[in-house]
Amino acid sequence: MAIPRFRVPATAKKGDVIAIKTLIQHPMDPGFIKDKNGKIIPRMIINHFDCKYLGKVIFTAKLEPSISANPFIEFYARAEADGDFEFTWIDDKGTITKAKAPIKVTA
Amino acid sequence: MNAKISRREALAGGAAACASGAVTLRSAEAADPMAARMAAAQAAIKKFTGGKATTKGALKLTLPQIAENGNTVPMGVSVDSPMTAASYVKEVRVFVPKNPLPVAVSFLFTPESGKAAASTHIRLAGTQDVQAIALMSDGTFLIDTRNCKVTIGGCGG
Repeated sequence: MAIPRFRVPATAKKGDVIAIKTLIQHPMDPGFIKDKNGKIIPRMIINHFDCKYLGKVIFTAKLEPSISANPFIEFYARAEADGDFEFTWIDDKGTITKAKAPIKVTA
Repeated sequence: MNAKISRREALAGGAAACASGAVTLRSAEAADPMAARMAAAQAAIKKFTGGKATTKGALKLTLPQIAENGNTVPMGVSVDSPMTAASYVKEVRVFVPKNPLPVAVSFLFTPESGKAAASTHIRLAGTQDVQAIALMSDGTFLIDTRNCKVTIGGCGG
């Protein structure tokens, strides 16, 4: 389904706080908008996003219909060791989209 | 956006809504859907804080003063916190009282976040006071409110 995009720095110093930006294509139909025939377009949104790093979920966002289409999320993480940032998006149908980005951490 | 409503349809729909509003008297519900939404938002805030006091200052909500398009309004939150295991921000929840549903997003942080800040794009149905409330690891709550003027609402009427 959706193609996720993300930006994570390739390298960081240990202890640095880095910014992570993610974006995924998704209509995020809120369930209130009517189509041109007056029928309500059923709700279909990404309701969950999380980021795992070094085996632990470090950030979670619970999204509601008030989030814009193609949800963009920016958050931060403290670089501790070499590893992957693993992103997970889950939508109302239970579709799971995953992506990961590696980081090298220098002393 | 996927909702492709032509200008003509939008105008026709608006006119029809006005007409039906005038005809079907002013029943409490029809006259004041906003009051119902505001009440729902108050209830949602109370559910989150449990009626506890909220303090201003350390939490900062960032929103443009004027949003031309309510479909995508950049919104950010940040909290002044050391983000250590002893003292960190657990959650920041953003409330949009005039939208059909009162909560826009919840960000859940951990000490590994390093910095209690996050941003996204939200929809705003109209000009309103957006509220962000943060739950700290010691059980206290922080609050910040920002007004955002919206030229075109973003929740499909």
